[in-house]
Amino acid sequence: MATRPIAPRPLSPHLSIWKWQVHAIVSIMHRITGNAMALGAVVLFLWWLIAAASGPQAYLLFMGVATGWFGMLVGIGLTWVFFQHMCSGIRHLIMDTGQGYDLPTAKATASATFVISILLTILTWVAIYLHKGL
Amino acid sequence: MGAGTDLGRVRGLGAAKEGAHHWWLQRVTAIANLVLMLWFVFSLVRLPSLDYAAVILWLRQPVAAVPMLLLIVTVFWHFRLGVQVMIEDYVHGQLRVIAMLALNFYALAGAAAAIFAVLKISLGAS
Repeated sequence: MATRPIAPRPLSPHLSIWKWQVHAIVSIMHRITGNAMALGAVVLFLWWLIAAASGPQAYLLFMGVATGWFGMLVGIGLTWVFFQHMCSGIRHLIMDTGQGYDLPTAKATASATFVISILLTILTWVAIYLHKGL
Repeated sequence: MGAGTDLGRVRGLGAAKEGAHHWWLQRVTAIANLVLMLWFVFSLVRLPSLDYAAVILWLRQPVAAVPMLLLIVTVFWHFRLGVQVMIEDYVHGQLRVIAMLALNFYALAGAAAAIFAVLKISLGAS
């Protein structure tokens, strides 16, 4: 692999200099939530599917962990992680068409991803609770 | 796009011979994920219970098994592209090659296991 020569070249000021704003937080959260799902939620998804394919006992073990307090906490957390990634992903798709780059709109849509993802998480778990009475 | 040939510029391919292919597939799988994941969450919430019998009964239906297979393909493909970008940003040198190989093995082996599980449930003897 070719590596670039490391010379003390001037850098533009970045993370340590700029004030944190909601746009930047949404951007880094998109990466964190995406990778958290890829390396975390995917493993749990595989456990769930393989347990279901393996038989009732393997599935019971999964459900025992999933419906415990820690499992529920992880479940609620990953629900928000998914909806946050989904909302900022939709924002990315809209911005890919060249829209929403003016500062007020960009800030409003960035804040909206957090509001909507939290609302969808609450809605999902209220629906689960009402439907299944966990 | 700079000093390529005219044909190269028309095709949008640079020295990497990839052009916007990675970017485009990320968007295509993103839209597929949006539809399939909302279906998945909605389906799980709507199931009367998430115990063994209920989930098996649900996955035996073609209307559940087929979207599940599609979901596995698009989700694993999408995260494989996404994690690649993270590796390219943060992991350098020889370690990057190892990380990239590990990512590909993880994504492919995981997808194969998930697809096999769905097929075993939906096609297996009851």
